[in-house]
Amino acid sequence: MNFSYNWDWGVLLCTVEDVDIGCIAPYFYWIVEGFGWTIAVASAAWVIAFTWGSIIGILRTLETPIWLTVPFVKSSSTFKTTVIEATGGVVLINIAWFLHGFATVYVTIFRNIPLLVQMFLWYFVLPEIVSKEAGMWLKRELPLPEYWTAVTCLGLYTASRVGEAVRAGINSITQGQHYAAMAVGLTRVQVYRYVLLPVAYRIIIPPMTSDFLGIFKNSSLALTIGVLELTAMTRQIDEYSYQTFEAFTAATVLYILVTAIVMFAMRIVEGRVAIPGMISLGAK
Amino acid sequence: MEGGFDFAIILESVPYLAEGMVLTFQLALLGISGGIFFGTLLALCRLSPFAPLSFIAGSYVNFFRSMPLILVIFWFYFMVPLIVGRPVGGFWSVTIAFIMFEAAYYCEIMRAGIQSVTVGQVYAGQALGLTYRQNMQYIVLPQAFRNMIPIMLTQAIVLFQDTSLVYVVGLGDFLVHADIVANRDNRLMEMFTTVAVVYFVLCLLGTLYIRRLQRKLAHE
Amino acid sequence: MNENTNTGMIQMDSVSKWYGQFQVLIDCTTKVDKGEVVVICGPSGSGKSTLIKVINGLEAFQEGVITFDGVSVGDPATDLPKLRSRIGMVFQNFELFPHITITDNINLAQLKVLNREKDEATERSMELLERVGLMDQRDKFPAQLSGGQQQRVAIARALAMDPSAMLFDEPTSALDPEMINEVLDVMTELAKEGMTMMVVTHEMGFAKRVADRVIFMDEGRIEEDCTKDEFFGGERGARAQEFLSKILTH
Repeated sequence: MNFSYNWDWGVLLCTVEDVDIGCIAPYFYWIVEGFGWTIAVASAAWVIAFTWGSIIGILRTLETPIWLTVPFVKSSSTFKTTVIEATGGVVLINIAWFLHGFATVYVTIFRNIPLLVQMFLWYFVLPEIVSKEAGMWLKRELPLPEYWTAVTCLGLYTASRVGEAVRAGINSITQGQHYAAMAVGLTRVQVYRYVLLPVAYRIIIPPMTSDFLGIFKNSSLALTIGVLELTAMTRQIDEYSYQTFEAFTAATVLYILVTAIVMFAMRIVEGRVAIPGMISLGAK
Repeated sequence: MEGGFDFAIILESVPYLAEGMVLTFQLALLGISGGIFFGTLLALCRLSPFAPLSFIAGSYVNFFRSMPLILVIFWFYFMVPLIVGRPVGGFWSVTIAFIMFEAAYYCEIMRAGIQSVTVGQVYAGQALGLTYRQNMQYIVLPQAFRNMIPIMLTQAIVLFQDTSLVYVVGLGDFLVHADIVANRDNRLMEMFTTVAVVYFVLCLLGTLYIRRLQRKLAHE
Repeated sequence: MNENTNTGMIQMDSVSKWYGQFQVLIDCTTKVDKGEVVVICGPSGSGKSTLIKVINGLEAFQEGVITFDGVSVGDPATDLPKLRSRIGMVFQNFELFPHITITDNINLAQLKVLNREKDEATERSMELLERVGLMDQRDKFPAQLSGGQQQRVAIARALAMDPSAMLFDEPTSALDPEMINEVLDVMTELAKEGMTMMVVTHEMGFAKRVADRVIFMDEGRIEEDCTKDEFFGGERGARAQEFLSKILTH
């Protein structure tokens, strides 16, 4: 191997004071700062992804109709379809159909456009298509616009994946459990809250862990709009010091560490919330 | 919205965008075929009873699945020339990056596929006197592939979307060409919207096809 | 058999149900009076499970009227959860909630639907666990119990709501033979205490001992609906005879 390359691991530990070693910039602190931004982007995005994703997932499981009366509208005719019906002068609308449809469209859009393209849409296109005032606010007033754009983009994208996981989890629960919960008098909301979701979330711990790690890795895309997260920092160190190998190694090690720690933590969580007596849950 | 939506610029840049799309497809196809090929090899290694082989393959997979694709692209784009000792075309560095990255993901898919072929099939093959290699080639792998086609195709669509990441090294794919036009003529909105719509349509068609395929396979 | 007297606790008139094009229930009319025990039997696919499930609105129906204690089940204005809290139901696969202890299983609906205080609910749960003979398992999770034990907990869970009537959907069909009796014993006692019960089952011995009436269903229709003695003693329709001769070994 023809390695005409000056190895210098010291570059990672350079601080401003060590001028005599030939360092120009505090690379170690750059790595730390970059890592900090990675965590900041990932955690904020995960909060959005988990909450919004759960809602989307639940909406996608609304198969049976929920009828709501349409106010102010009277109808003399009588008809009945899956979406809208009219009886006794009142018009009813099946809101479950609309919510389910919305969630399906949401997931379809967010999963069929590359994440990087979504990032650009949020950062470059959104300020142009909203009202003039909103656009100005986005471009001038919003603090840390790159950060919040990245968080929003990543959060909403991952929400579609979390939604799919939640949907799969709920759907893997047998119909009998639905029936038993309803038979004892629980309302729909209560059925989800006390019977379906507690079991579904346990079932989907593995895919959720994968989505969580996915957010960590995808946070690297934020560098394209200027967020100086970990991967961006390694490029920066590389450009300043030409110590490419050391810089990338540092980032690599950190990503491996994060993955290992998260997987370890999730295994413990899985053990803690396991249901006594059951060998494996749900989806086989 | 300033100055309205300029459709003309989209129409004008179609040839240039098409050029970029060609590179996108090239990358995707190379990544998919290389990924499946090496992924299958890795899966066989991982399932091998020979412990060191299994361990190495497992470590490879875990390593690449912990990495962001951008970092892997950077690794290969900047490291390969250094290792080889001379400049290497960006396209090939990136292609190698994609193949090595996707191989880890396809390994897991193929591993699940191979394990989904019931052990009875393997016994039947052995009972007929087939060697391990023949068993794999004629009995296990064909069934494994068939079981996993929908998932493999879904991963292919993911890979197709991931090729857009070559943006970070400036390789001229569909997105990068659109970006160039966007910045040259200050038409970011039109170009990026176009990119989004094109990707959406292509991926949606792919997804719908996979769904139809799944239904067909389920009925057999 | 066209009673238009609204005396029945459960009253079903000309009920029909379709799954898409397939008609699952064809013009079913029957009633169950307070304190009556009605057994429903018939071959698989005859619609017996569906019949039970439309009574408390778990399944919708397209034609006909069902009333429970005067309340119309099919009326969109009816508060179904509230209605269901007055009807107990026991399922073939027990359907205990796996993630909570059996005590919590029995407590859950008392707390969330009837809004009882925690102490009151727990007391009632203990009473019922004692009654079905599972007091010592109270902190176990469903997966740690046998099928027969789980089904007894399921009965306790339904009874905790102090229901006016109980519906049973093949309660012993998923049990190993040695556990069937422990469940049937609990059901027999319930019947003796005067609970209004509708039981879908193949256990004809149970029917002979405990039922007041027997309904025989075939291909979505109620073919026979008569007293127990008439059903087992006299001349019934060909289909019912055929069915009886095949399964009457108990």
